Amino acid sequence: MPDIDVDAPGRTVLLMGNEAVARGALEAGVGFAASYPGTPSSEILPAIADVAARRGIYAEWSVNEKVAIESATAASLAGIRAMASMKQNGVNVISDFLANLVMSGVGAGLLLVSCDDPGQRNSSNEQDTRPIAKWLDFPLLEPGDFQEAKDMTKWLFDVSEEFDTVCMLRCVSKISHTRGNVTLGELPAPQYRISFEADKRERGRGSRRHDDLHRRLARAQRRFEQSPFNRYVGPDRPELLIITCGSCWLHSQEAVRLLDLEDRVGILKLGTCWPLPERLIERHLAKSNEVLFVEEIDPFLERSVMELTSALSAMGPRPVFYGKRSGHVNAYGELTPDLVINAIASVMGLTYQARDKEYDREIEALPRGYVVPRAGTLCPGCPHRASFWAIKNAIRMDGRDGFITNDIGCYGVGPTPAGFFVGRDGYCMGSGAGVASGFGKLGQFGFTQPVLAACGDSTFYHAAIPALIDGIHNNSNFILVVFDNSATAMTGFQPHPGIATNAMGGPARVVSIEALCRAMDVRVEVCDPFDLKNTTATLLDMMAMDGGVRVAIMKRQCELTRARQEGPPFKVHVDPDKCVGEECGCDRLCTRIFLCPGLRWNRNTGKAEIDEVICSGCGVCADICPQGAIIREAA
Amino acid sequence: MSTRTLMKDPLNLIIIGAAGQGNVQISLLIGDALVQEGYLVTFGQTYGATQRGGTVTNYLRISQDIQCSPIVPEGKADVVLALEPVEAMRVLRRYGNPGVITIVNARAIHPIDITGGKLAYPDVDDLLHAITRLSARTWVVNATEEAQQLGNPILANTILTGALIGSGALPLDKETMEPLLMERFPKAVEANLMALSRGIDLVNQGGG
Repeated sequence: MPDIDVDAPGRTVLLMGNEAVARGALEAGVGFAASYPGTPSSEILPAIADVAARRGIYAEWSVNEKVAIESATAASLAGIRAMASMKQNGVNVISDFLANLVMSGVGAGLLLVSCDDPGQRNSSNEQDTRPIAKWLDFPLLEPGDFQEAKDMTKWLFDVSEEFDTVCMLRCVSKISHTRGNVTLGELPAPQYRISFEADKRERGRGSRRHDDLHRRLARAQRRFEQSPFNRYVGPDRPELLIITCGSCWLHSQEAVRLLDLEDRVGILKLGTCWPLPERLIERHLAKSNEVLFVEEIDPFLERSVMELTSALSAMGPRPVFYGKRSGHVNAYGELTPDLVINAIASVMGLTYQARDKEYDREIEALPRGYVVPRAGTLCPGCPHRASFWAIKNAIRMDGRDGFITNDIGCYGVGPTPAGFFVGRDGYCMGSGAGVASGFGKLGQFGFTQPVLAACGDSTFYHAAIPALIDGIHNNSNFILVVFDNSATAMTGFQPHPGIATNAMGGPARVVSIEALCRAMDVRVEVCDPFDLKNTTATLLDMMAMDGGVRVAIMKRQCELTRARQEGPPFKVHVDPDKCVGEECGCDRLCTRIFLCPGLRWNRNTGKAEIDEVICSGCGVCADICPQGAIIREAA
Repeated sequence: MSTRTLMKDPLNLIIIGAAGQGNVQISLLIGDALVQEGYLVTFGQTYGATQRGGTVTNYLRISQDIQCSPIVPEGKADVVLALEPVEAMRVLRRYGNPGVITIVNARAIHPIDITGGKLAYPDVDDLLHAITRLSARTWVVNATEEAQQLGNPILANTILTGALIGSGALPLDKETMEPLLMERFPKAVEANLMALSRGIDLVNQGGG
């Protein structure tokens, strides 16, 4: 993949959906881009930031999604095309601002990109953001392939300006994080006409009436009737009409091919998902007796089309509707070509054999143990493993059944074996501190367990600060543990306010977590988690000091960023004479409990060993072996 | 466009390995090469847990007339490149069929349930026999050991890319891949070119 701003109109390249969105924004002449990292949206902003300097663009990682869209709105009001991109949870964070923004209109084109994660492979929840466009009344488009991801992004800036409203592009992970062919278009020379007449109209507080918003949306709907992003393929009068959008369009097309039903089944692929092109849908509904909705997560199109048919008095007999309501399509998780094949086959009474039956039998006859599960864990050398180890031991020594309220990030493994089960829950960004603040106020009800809140460095800035202030002000009783690895590691090492570099690679002012906490006049300890002994002792001492809010900062650079800069600090090996294996009382502490992928149990020798290809050389395991059998030598 | 043609359309290649093995990089390299050759390519992924250790499955769908779904339909793999033996079996269970071509790196990467001693890794020879039985053609490549001999275990990926090219299963040749490798790994051009050739030689010498 060349740079995203390669000036080669007509050239076809393999682009990730997120890169295609970034390219579309460049082709639209975007001048201002802001985002908070969140998979599957994380690659959009860097693609723009990497070329920002030479194209006169401003790009930033904002402290959170709300500030990202607020900043982008300011640029729009000043006449600069602007965008904010985020994952589904970010849309929740910005919803209050958005509900006010839609009432007031925009300046230059303003685009919100929401990347949903069906199947929640990279998310704390599974959530469909499409309903927010219907709820708050603004246009929503969803690309069905990679070319559309680029072309729709570009067009939405025009739509935003024409109808004077923020617009939303919703992508699902199988578009955002998948790559396909994209033919590049022209790049305009950046040109901005800065002007903000603050007194022209009072913006942002219902300065336009709600009815005007509805009129603008009705005009957009008429425009969408003609949009080439809504397409139909199939026979003139199909036995079954599939209505779909997003990556489900690709699955549906393929399912119809594999079932050899191209002459009997038609697909209406919608790109303008709100407001819906009602006349277009009506025309297609009139031509088929059966309709199957294929979409991911919520029955958004399904319910909206059903509402539409209820309102169509002139329509003849209504088709039979199949989809999530009928149980033919899952209302959760990701869809696949096979799930769509099954839905179509079930509606049409067909059977489908994916492969040779004899092959299936051969597969069934294989020993089950041939496919061992591959559970995820923290990386070799991850400082969080050491932090969790110290916390686990401190909680055990304290003896009052202390626990961690979890948060979002790599350290979210707290409630799993990789976090030694010290975590108890976990909701959204910043909830670790907020929930801990609540537990810490339950003393008067007889609650005595020590409460530790987890939060990452980026999460601290994003959402933990208000909860921390709440806890201090309301005299709550908890320890905020900041897992500070100097990176937004889980989403790809984006900088945050604790890093001296900004999204465009330029210098940035560091806002110190330690200094901020000290300014709030609470006890603050900074620990190196690789120093297990002192970290455990410090945590134990902080737990003993019951009452008030305390902050423990676990400071150690993410191993993945460290390893990019320098080689392993130690060469580690197991001394087979010292490791006594099953005879040791440790019950395979290093391999069974510590769970570093670099350590493995050799069933033949009955001893632990180091996998030299995996081991990162952090040397922490040398401190956990009761026999001193793990040897750490300077590399 | 390459002189070679697709053995079928769409041609479904699955590249599978443990997270952190670098299988996304290989898939991207091959995807870029195919788009450059004029094909419509869809490159999708599924992965387990985000942290280290899960399985990463890359689906490359190659066609001359359709932008395919990002996921290969069950039972429809044409070529499997597995960076690890258990992963080869995992992909064959779901996507295998009597016509599938399999290239597998013989070196096991132990999941945490195995490094922790909770489960046993299957006997690698038995596993490789079963993989061979389930494939129309199989190449077992000692890519990690070969890469260590070349000085860096990460070169296993380039060796496997070479094996894939050498197998003739894709409409790609060495001459197409070399400039892409040089562009992608400017700091290790020599090592990668050597690894590519080594991979091609390995499949031409034996297996199948």
